[in-house]
Amino acid sequence: MTALVSRPGTLSIGLARGAFELRQFFRQKETVVFTFSLPVLLMVLLGSVFGDVYPDTGLEASQLFAAGMIGAGIISTSFVSMGIGVALDRENGTLKRLRGTPMPATSYFIGKIVLVAVSSLAQAAIMLTIASLMFGLTVPTSPEKWLTFAWVFALGVTGCAALGVAASSLARSVNGAAAGTNIVFLALQFASGVLVTPITALPDVMVNVSSFFPVKWMCQGLRSVFLPEEAARYEMAGQWELGLTALVLSAWCVAGLLLCRLVFRWTNNRE
Amino acid sequence: MEVRGLRKDYGASTVVAGVDLDIRQGEIFALLGPNGAGKTTTVEILEGHRRRTGGDVRVLGEDPGRAGGAWRARIGIVLQSASDSAELTVAESLRHFARYYPDPRDPEEVVRLVGLEEKRNARVQTLSGGQRRRLDVALGIIGRPELLFLDEPTTGFDPEVRRKFWTLIELLAAEGTTILLTTHYLDEAEALADRVAVLAGGRVVAEGTPATLGGRANAEATVRWTDARGAHERRTPRPTSLVNELSAGGGELGGLTVTRPSLEDTYLDLIGERR
Repeated sequence: MTALVSRPGTLSIGLARGAFELRQFFRQKETVVFTFSLPVLLMVLLGSVFGDVYPDTGLEASQLFAAGMIGAGIISTSFVSMGIGVALDRENGTLKRLRGTPMPATSYFIGKIVLVAVSSLAQAAIMLTIASLMFGLTVPTSPEKWLTFAWVFALGVTGCAALGVAASSLARSVNGAAAGTNIVFLALQFASGVLVTPITALPDVMVNVSSFFPVKWMCQGLRSVFLPEEAARYEMAGQWELGLTALVLSAWCVAGLLLCRLVFRWTNNRE
Repeated sequence: MEVRGLRKDYGASTVVAGVDLDIRQGEIFALLGPNGAGKTTTVEILEGHRRRTGGDVRVLGEDPGRAGGAWRARIGIVLQSASDSAELTVAESLRHFARYYPDPRDPEEVVRLVGLEEKRNARVQTLSGGQRRRLDVALGIIGRPELLFLDEPTTGFDPEVRRKFWTLIELLAAEGTTILLTTHYLDEAEALADRVAVLAGGRVVAEGTPATLGGRANAEATVRWTDARGAHERRTPRPTSLVNELSAGGGELGGLTVTRPSLEDTYLDLIGERR
């Protein structure tokens, strides 16, 4: 009973886990380079191919593409990295060891959220810098735009990270988790008008399906932040639909966290 | 620790088939048995890592299947094979894990206890197999556990490190830590354990002190000697009388030996019965 009194708090252990996760992550040079460079590479290569200028607004296709790709970059560091990271923790004994300590499960997730928030923010900063240098994407100055960025980022990262954890529990191994999350992510990137711009060029049916998932809304939200007002005409609805974006992303946060609770496994043991 | 009728089934196959164990506070208890005997499964159920199919289990007064963080703060688990925390240093990972516990040991003291002083600033992934195991032990005792689970702790240790490790275990036991040890090494069980149990086919086939296990102390002894007519060997429950009788003539018996079954002989007999 006395042990109950002085046990360290869930939040303080969670933040310590965050520091631990960040150290683990940033010391693995190859993983860091790979994680950050893949979306950047895709943005630079494809962005250089899209040379069109839309005659009605004077906007360049590469700008539309780059703004969406920033969203995809964030999803890659949250959904994909989380899916693989948790599967790896399960395979290398991290979760088994933690299960045998008084660390609360919530602290483990706080640590993961810290890792994902920091790495996703770094990813967004790197991609925005390159996009503004290469494609003339303008870094917004108005506080409203940054407010929009903040909530799109927070809701998107939380939902995607939770879905990543859930995905890791469905996979039997790290390789399975890596392949599974990447396939889902790639298909949704395509169907959500990230790789093909503008999104209106895609068949309606495809966009109707992808509109159920967070990728479309995340990228649309970020286009609203990084592109001028008149770019809204290249969205399916002809407007930014920020209310609906908030709704869908929030719904995925709730669904992701519930799914996470439902399917999360500490080990690969058969029971 | 009290275990009654512990069962674990995986589908149709039964891995643990009704195990009873009592482990008293402060003792070193060794669980022996061949691979596949159900040792690891039993221990993982006691650690709270696996659910059981049946039976009653109380560990430190609680059911490990339901116990929470306060209970986990009182136990320590040494994992058999883990490759986590690869990028951190030895000292960093010990300091980090110390934060989970209400009354942890000093990480520097633990580094000394397991003999990793020279490696304290080395990344975990650069450690050798034996050093990695010592770090696992260090992580198991960082929280000052009342009960320590050691699953085959000295596999891969060289003899010198193994002796040092034994000294550490004796030190922990002297401080009042209860220790549950599984091992393949019978000399380890004999050197460390107050009591041992042999598990075979998911059941406890014998239990006792290392000296009396399986009726070892009272088992028939083998007396061997040579005389003018050649070499002799006789099994007897009363070797002293036999030797008295043989030496009644006053002559010296050539090559006289009296042997009792070693722990290993007893063990092999015990698990042989179940095969």
